[in-house]
Amino acid sequence: MAQEHIATADHGEHEATTTGLNHRKMLMWAFLGSDCMFFGSLIATYLVYQGKSLSGPLPIDVFDIPVTSVSTFVLLMSSMSMVLAYSALNRGNMKAFRIWMVSTAIMGSTFIGFQIYEFSSFSTHHIHFECSEVAEKIEHGEYVKAGHNHFYQKECLDQNGILKADHHVDEEYGLKPQTNLFGTTFFTLTGFHGAHVTLGVVWLLSIFFLSFKKGVITREKNLDVDLAALYWHFVDVVWIVIFTVVYLFGVFEGF
Amino acid sequence: MSTFPIAIPRPVHPTGLWNWITTIDHKKIGILYGVTAFIMFISGGIEATLMRVQLAQPELDIVSAAVYNQLFTMHGTTMIFLAIMPLGAAFFNFVIPLQIGARDVAFPRLNAFSYWTFLAGAVMLKLSWIGGATDAGWFGYAPLTSIDQNPGKGIDFWIISLQVLGVASLAASFNFIVTIINMRAPGMTMMRLPLFTWMSFITAILLILAFPVITVALIELTFDRYFDFNFFNVARGGSVVLWQHLFWVFGHPEVYILILPAMGIVSEVLPVFSKKPLFGYTTVVLAGAIIAVMGWMVWSHHMFTVGLGPVANAVFTITTMLIAVPTGIKVFNWIGTIWGGSIKINTPMAFALGFIAMFLIGGISGVMHAVSASDAQQQDTYFIPAHIHYVLFGGAIMALTSGIYYWFPKFSGRMYDEKMGMAHFWLMMIGQNVTFFPMHFVGLDGMPRRIYTYAEGMGWDLWNLVATLGVFILIAGFAIFILNMVKSWKSGPEAPGDPWDGRTLEWSIPSPPPEYNFKEIPVVRSLDDWWNTKQGGNVKEVPVAGGSGDEGHNIHLPQPSYWPLVTALGLFIAAYGVVFNQLFIPWAISIIGTFIGFVGVYAWSLEPVNDPDEDSAH
Repeated sequence: MAQEHIATADHGEHEATTTGLNHRKMLMWAFLGSDCMFFGSLIATYLVYQGKSLSGPLPIDVFDIPVTSVSTFVLLMSSMSMVLAYSALNRGNMKAFRIWMVSTAIMGSTFIGFQIYEFSSFSTHHIHFECSEVAEKIEHGEYVKAGHNHFYQKECLDQNGILKADHHVDEEYGLKPQTNLFGTTFFTLTGFHGAHVTLGVVWLLSIFFLSFKKGVITREKNLDVDLAALYWHFVDVVWIVIFTVVYLFGVFEGF
Repeated sequence: MSTFPIAIPRPVHPTGLWNWITTIDHKKIGILYGVTAFIMFISGGIEATLMRVQLAQPELDIVSAAVYNQLFTMHGTTMIFLAIMPLGAAFFNFVIPLQIGARDVAFPRLNAFSYWTFLAGAVMLKLSWIGGATDAGWFGYAPLTSIDQNPGKGIDFWIISLQVLGVASLAASFNFIVTIINMRAPGMTMMRLPLFTWMSFITAILLILAFPVITVALIELTFDRYFDFNFFNVARGGSVVLWQHLFWVFGHPEVYILILPAMGIVSEVLPVFSKKPLFGYTTVVLAGAIIAVMGWMVWSHHMFTVGLGPVANAVFTITTMLIAVPTGIKVFNWIGTIWGGSIKINTPMAFALGFIAMFLIGGISGVMHAVSASDAQQQDTYFIPAHIHYVLFGGAIMALTSGIYYWFPKFSGRMYDEKMGMAHFWLMMIGQNVTFFPMHFVGLDGMPRRIYTYAEGMGWDLWNLVATLGVFILIAGFAIFILNMVKSWKSGPEAPGDPWDGRTLEWSIPSPPPEYNFKEIPVVRSLDDWWNTKQGGNVKEVPVAGGSGDEGHNIHLPQPSYWPLVTALGLFIAAYGVVFNQLFIPWAISIIGTFIGFVGVYAWSLEPVNDPDEDSAH
């Protein structure tokens, strides 16, 4: 009987395989390797086009690092609660398992919520400033955001290049995928990451609801949770790269 | 079963057509792959024939320029994605589990899903002939594919069907990677794996890393076309060269995806008919692995004339020349294998030997345009089609044909007709050289590729006519091949389990193999274990053909399933919905398709591999 188990492609957790690793777990790792190339290509495209946009808005104009830091923190914490869920399952504590599963899904959804907010606020971004403020900055040689400079040149100076007194600028300066190369690459990259997170949330919730059926998710049958957790951590790691490369590098002066 | 919400009964022991539709037996799926891919090969061949007829004489008007553009684009896409790759997949499916001593692949239902998804993509691409197929070349260079330049549906069909085919290839590759690593019989260490399995393993790894790159490129193109994004829009700063980079970063590993399985087949056939072990087994394996790594370092040799600058051109010249080294190692090892062997020339062996010769010619012309200065002269001339056809037709197709003859007794249980086989071989050898060798001449003489006609008096008339005549020799060869296959499969003499005195495990079981492959999982003690078993005198009795009798009833095989098919169907509908996204309610068809796909995935993951009722027997 033992040798039959080798070959019958039983998807159970205790099958004997050549390496001792489960088939599905190995497939998951292979998939994640493949997905690395997927995000690698998207990030490469983003980097190739960085600084190549012919018009604004640029990262420095729209990014709000504190807000994105909060959503990043939430996503990273969701990885921790995923670990706690898996560990609770392995201790056989189904109640704690379910609580942590739901928390993970809620934190994932929160991240998605932040992303939706971010996308819509970027696309309706407004710029407003007093002309005198920007003029002062320029005088002192301080850094002026690209968008501010753009409207400063356009709105604050008259034909002779002389500053208009007491002029207030309030212009729409929204970023849509069609606006420029930054919009195109930014929305595609972060959008696909968001799609990955969304799929992860659906997966986590599916497992959560399945766990109420007797004997589907148990201490012994923990592979489904293990695989979902692998995927979830991977999506988190990808976000760390995106947050660093796109957001943090994006607001560095001169980038 | 009551604990699962999906109450549709699974197909139990269906017969006839339903058996083929719901099957998850790797051998049947392999045959489905093979037959479908061969039909696609014929359709790509018809496209090629039309092109050659158009070019037979100067200024012919058999097809229009617009149709000619569609012909060469569809010919390239068909042969690469719908013929050679799935023919390779047919062999992966049929041969790998038998060679490693397994009863099936690691994920039988995923395997069925791969096939149906492949079929969906193939049907979708081929049906795009209705209403105008894609015409931007198989590489789809931007901005030829932009919505302004090319507003028709042809490009959309091309993009979306390639995405569907990508899903199929990725799923199959994940499956085979896990199968090869994790389902080897006891004692079958990695360095005892038969060469074909090794090369398939490397191919699968290349595939899962290369395909996401084209997926991203196609997504970017889709967004440009559908939603006015700027990826390849020069007016808003986009770069058309980015497409070329992404395409060839995928495209160059892709040519090794096409040729490595072929090399694997040849490495199986040569030792068997030379009665010698493969010369330098370890070297051949390592050479394959080195090709897989270096395959990522040469992509810009497709772009020598883009203007990447002298440094990039020099670097890619050197890496391209270097990659010829592991390929050369393989050729020397093959020659070493047949050297001094007691060679038996029959159809598979003849094709394998033909492969070496033809592939070598293609390799030499490849090294010629590895030199960027020389490539500047050859780029976009007929010299390049001459090269690619020597590698992919003289190389991949020859080796795959060798494989079809070699394993024909195993999958059909019958012997093919040797005389017809050799006639096929000679017609193919003569036909391909008559067709493709003159392309070297007209190419060096400056005839551009992808032109639908040419003026009289360019000095290209004779060789173009010769090339066109060659096509009809090839057609005669393949007509004999089809006759041979059909006739032998129906009424050929019954094949013994081991007709070639083979070396690997698939020859230790009856032909055709029983559903469960191995009555007892073999224990492997060495490379070429079956050969050594026979030489050691303790010849295991080869069981007689048939054999789904009593001995098999205790073996639990995964059962047929509807859900892979349902999921693939959902994907198919969703993909069509993307192309016709404004039909009825915008995007409604895609949403319905996606929903069907999700139902399929959920039902699939909730369906046990084996019905618990049957499982309870043990």
